[in-house]
Amino acid sequence: MAKNIIEKIWSDHIVYAEQGKPDLLYIDLHLLHEVTSPQAFEGLRLNGRKVRRPDLCFATMDHNVPTRNRDTITDPVSKKQIQTLQQNCEEFSVPLAGINHPDQGIVHVIGPELGLTQPGKTIVCGDSHTSTHGAFGALAFGIGTSEVEHVLSTQTLWQSKPKTMEMRIEGELGFGVSAKDVILAIIAKYGVDMGTGHIIEYTGEAIRKMTMEERMTVCNMSIEAGARAGLISPDEVTVEFLRGRRHVPAEEAFEEAAAGWLALASDAGAEYDEVLTIHADEISPFVTWGTNPSMGAGIAGHVPYINDCENPEDQEALKQALAYMELEEGAPLSSIPIQHVFIGSCTNARLGDLRSASEMIKGRKVHPSVTAIVVPGSETVKRQAEAEGIDKVFLDAGFEWRETGCSMCLAMNDDAVPAGERCASTSNRNFEGRQGTGSMTHLMSPVMAAAAAVEGRLTDVRVFMNEPVLS
Amino acid sequence: MKPINKITSVLTPLDRKNVDTDQIISKEFLKRIERTGFGRYLFYHWRHRPDGSEAPDFVLNDPRYAGSEVLVAQENFGCGSSREHAPWAILDYGFKVVIAPSYADIFYNNCVKNGILPIRLAHQEVTELLEKGKKAAFELKVNLEEQTVSGEDGVRYSFNIDPYWKEMLLKGWDEIALTFQYEEKIAAYEAKQLV
Repeated sequence: MAKNIIEKIWSDHIVYAEQGKPDLLYIDLHLLHEVTSPQAFEGLRLNGRKVRRPDLCFATMDHNVPTRNRDTITDPVSKKQIQTLQQNCEEFSVPLAGINHPDQGIVHVIGPELGLTQPGKTIVCGDSHTSTHGAFGALAFGIGTSEVEHVLSTQTLWQSKPKTMEMRIEGELGFGVSAKDVILAIIAKYGVDMGTGHIIEYTGEAIRKMTMEERMTVCNMSIEAGARAGLISPDEVTVEFLRGRRHVPAEEAFEEAAAGWLALASDAGAEYDEVLTIHADEISPFVTWGTNPSMGAGIAGHVPYINDCENPEDQEALKQALAYMELEEGAPLSSIPIQHVFIGSCTNARLGDLRSASEMIKGRKVHPSVTAIVVPGSETVKRQAEAEGIDKVFLDAGFEWRETGCSMCLAMNDDAVPAGERCASTSNRNFEGRQGTGSMTHLMSPVMAAAAAVEGRLTDVRVFMNEPVLS
Repeated sequence: MKPINKITSVLTPLDRKNVDTDQIISKEFLKRIERTGFGRYLFYHWRHRPDGSEAPDFVLNDPRYAGSEVLVAQENFGCGSSREHAPWAILDYGFKVVIAPSYADIFYNNCVKNGILPIRLAHQEVTELLEKGKKAAFELKVNLEEQTVSGEDGVRYSFNIDPYWKEMLLKGWDEIALTFQYEEKIAAYEAKQLV
């Protein structure tokens, strides 16, 4: 019988199954960071337990690390959290790319970069954006700290099998439309809980034509659609991305592994519990105007009218969002001024993201009323970008070029948007206060954020793309 | 974790949908390395004005709901970040039960692992409870064994819960200790992978 990739990976990882119970699922890769792991390690200590398979763990520091003055963390609580991870990794022999390590970076950027992320693996991390790794055809999902402790102790998790969903993107993406626009448009169309209780497989020609980096952007925001995980069947693009990476097999063993990976792809005629579609024609460069990722529209659109909502509850939610965002109903999106631009995060801080934004910004200047920063997704991305001169392009335009980390996506470190100010951000969440208490976030792609930096307001990047730079 | 079965308490009506874990516990409070002490930070930016004073119109500051152990909210409660600090804050504040039409998956798991009972009721039932709770302090009796929620006015709803999670909550089990009973099966799985 034809099977989809989700069913294949799931059944390959069942350690124990019993009627009326969740399945006991084996975990192939456990990624850790400083914020959601300390209580789990403490739990091991209190119960005299050890890490079952430190060789299947990999830790880094990303959420809390400064993006400048790296060696002087002024906040004593942040410093303690970072030191605690260092000590825990030493005590339990967990491999760590610490703050000054050449491999350090955002956990969801470095996993694929090092080749730790591979098709067919079950991957967990105490972080909801673990869905990113699904781009490789891995079953990757975020877990809480109790589950982190459970995986550390047993290398397994009790999991009820989620339902499966195919999200089909039909047609070819239009001019100036990027992967970020695709996922924002999907969430705007189907809502922030469209995927609850489901694992989504993204399919269609538009997905097949995407680079691995673009696929990661799509899968990354599966959690913003409420899904347990999101993934894409592996193909030659997947295989070529992984070839030669540090943790994948070499030479003949690689070819053998690659054949196995390709065989994981969903069979023709495979069925899903639910199938949704979006057509490329429905997707244009997108921005969010509200306080959850479904509150967005194409840049040519406007903030909705209260009366557009059918029921009183949705009207209330819209009123609350507009009050927080200090926006009037019906306001054109391209009229919204911004004071900050953040290019970074596990969604959009890979080399391709920085490259496309830098091409947009080349020869132009950041608007005088805007503070703009670029935070590369990893040390490796940063080195590669600098080798290509991308840092120089951003610096010449008036951007700041920072060290790597999660930074202004969640503002746990010093990189915060001040209260009452707006940020055009390539990150994944526009929740109230996400980028700093009282701050207002507009989510968009890297090229759209770069265009906003130049104009000082939300703007349609396609206008820039058609316009030669005069310099 | 503490076993949970019967709870009698006034409900706290938080009439919002898509309440994300960033609102439940804001990032500036995630730097602590303990599991305890998060209750005072629960819904911090909704409970406080920007100057740090109490926001009088927020439901947690309403004296009618003081000491409440049951939080009621609308759809997709706990969406967004996987931070378990959210259920830690809910529990530390004093809530033992959450009632909503639906939950984000990770948040739901995190509740169960901490002995918080997340109850799913139909949208209409939740809306009725919210309305009653907003009008006046409304006392609920929650019974996990029987899978029921009943009100002082005679209203009675039943709810579904996965039998595995139900037993975990009723007995307050340490799931890791439970899984260690399957050690041989885990070892056998690992041995098979090496072949």
